[in-house]
Amino acid sequence: MKKIVLMGNPNVGKSVLFYRLTGVQVIASNYPGTTVEFTRGFLTFPQDTPAPPGALFRPGERVEIIDAPGVYSLEASSRADRVAVEILEGADLVISVVDATNLERNLCLTLQLLERPVPVLVALNLWDETRHLGIEITPAKLEEMLGVPVVPTVGVSGEGVRELVERLQEARPGGHPARTRDTRWPEMGRIVSSCQLLTHHHHTFLQRLSDLSVKPLTGIPLAALVMLGAFWVVRSIGENLIAYIGDPVFEKLYLPLLERLSAVLGPGSLLHAVLIGRLIDGSIDFTQSFGALSTGLYVPLVMVLPYIVSFYLVLSFLEDFGYLPRAAVLLDGLMHRVGLHGYAIIPSLLGLGCNVPAVMGTRILESRRERFIAATLISVGIPCAALQAMIFGLVGERGGHYVAIVYLTLFLVWLGLGMILNRLVKGYSPELIIEIPHYRLPPLGPFLKKLRVRIIGFLKEALPVVLLAVLAVNLLYAVDIFDFLAGLFAPVVTALLGLPRESIVAILIGFLRKDVAVGMLVPLDLTDGQLVVATTVLAMFFPCIATFAIILKELGWRDMLKSTAIMLVTAVAVGAVLNLLLN
Amino acid sequence: MKTLTDLARMAPGESGRITGFTAGPGLVRRLEEIGIRTGQTVTKVSGMPMRGPVVVQSGGTRVALGHGMAKKVEVEIG
Repeated sequence: MKKIVLMGNPNVGKSVLFYRLTGVQVIASNYPGTTVEFTRGFLTFPQDTPAPPGALFRPGERVEIIDAPGVYSLEASSRADRVAVEILEGADLVISVVDATNLERNLCLTLQLLERPVPVLVALNLWDETRHLGIEITPAKLEEMLGVPVVPTVGVSGEGVRELVERLQEARPGGHPARTRDTRWPEMGRIVSSCQLLTHHHHTFLQRLSDLSVKPLTGIPLAALVMLGAFWVVRSIGENLIAYIGDPVFEKLYLPLLERLSAVLGPGSLLHAVLIGRLIDGSIDFTQSFGALSTGLYVPLVMVLPYIVSFYLVLSFLEDFGYLPRAAVLLDGLMHRVGLHGYAIIPSLLGLGCNVPAVMGTRILESRRERFIAATLISVGIPCAALQAMIFGLVGERGGHYVAIVYLTLFLVWLGLGMILNRLVKGYSPELIIEIPHYRLPPLGPFLKKLRVRIIGFLKEALPVVLLAVLAVNLLYAVDIFDFLAGLFAPVVTALLGLPRESIVAILIGFLRKDVAVGMLVPLDLTDGQLVVATTVLAMFFPCIATFAIILKELGWRDMLKSTAIMLVTAVAVGAVLNLLLN
Repeated sequence: MKTLTDLARMAPGESGRITGFTAGPGLVRRLEEIGIRTGQTVTKVSGMPMRGPVVVQSGGTRVALGHGMAKKVEVEIG
């Protein structure tokens, strides 16, 4: 099967075009480096249109389309760059995706592609944005100068995509002579000046907002507003979804069914213990019973899912609007203290949703040292949305200031550990260098699709593991392995952390799912201080199994073990200090 | 009257023409790829306090670069 690769500078809309061509939904955002891995999809050429003479593809032919990470040049520097260049080696055709609002800079990569023997077609994407920016490009003229087909496209609306598919047939190698960097720049200037006309335009509201958000005097208050606003929206949407949808559905519709099942199974049976769990004062308690069908469904669907929805709603908006690279500029100073630069704020924010994509997102950082520090700090100090939902739900019941203590502790650990790692980890941390995208109002359709992908992703990944964790808990209790484990870890847990022996199982289950683990603390009748210690330790201690696997994949065995050792030591040390302070 | 300065020392709002770099070839390549090239006209948008990053506009591109890098981009104003 032939391979078509989408290549282009970061943040020119490759992923959206990919979706238009293949129907495969991938996460697209308005910041450079959203795609760090390649995604495959398929395109079938229309059956009814006869192929022109010399066409590359037969009518009805199925081809593979690959969405490559964005690169500025084929001379690779970061890991994502190398991924892109490797993909290019096996391509039968390359669609060079170009940001029409920034033609000259984008042509650098296009010219490099045209110097290779592979057939190329140029997609002049973000075509709609050129009009209000006062940019006029003549595609026919550009086509003449480059020697390959040029098609204006608008990924988000699908405009021009049909023509793009038709003209794939005409793609051909550029046949340009191999240039050096010094001869390529003048050529780019020559091409742009002959096919692009700039007219004066008034700054739009979004452009003025863009200026304000990177100037210190206005940018820092704006950032504080964005953060407070984001936090407020996430909380209120999450709480309302629980209060008005999740809880009523579970209490009024689901509980009666479950009670009938409980009566049929009989409270003493093994099946009852696994599916329904223990009865609390003679009835099912969704947070305490701990059966697969009671707590096993209540935790992910009622306690966590609403916060997943609200968190990703807000994060997706900030991503698509283009705010995150501005946050990177403002927070660059802070991030340098922990051995990173501002751009590391993007994977860190992703971590507030789920640590798995966050650790993968550290690929946008160039050096190994930065990736090690970022991945370790994310898994120690950044609680995922599922864990946060449980912290809000359960610790929040004891008082808002306890939630604040957990967050403040995690932040101080993140900062302190980062400063230590900055001193100790060898290697270099380069400076920030990023392109700041235009602000864009996210079009509703793709925005909602991305939200759906993320929510379905959560349900698919989390539900089975939650059920597995609940099952594991019941089995651990059933086979009495609990006493053995409790004896093994008791000195640390009881003496240093001041927690009851029973909480050991919860901490161990944290390896599977941290939300379930926090849920397990409920029946233990912990004091307020103990609950704070237990949730904070759970948040820092060992990554969940999914994060563990991705750290192993991204960092390799040695660094993964180092990172894990750091987490264990930090969790126990900080837990012990908290215990001294609170209990 | 032309004055020679660099991106870090320029005041926000000032424009100038890039005349060269005092950086190694690797950094020059990265700056060029992202659109910071000799001969280009750049306008400084802002600079963060305490040697924080500098934001510049060049053509259609807006780029943020660390203070240390910004110091290595020589600009002629006037």
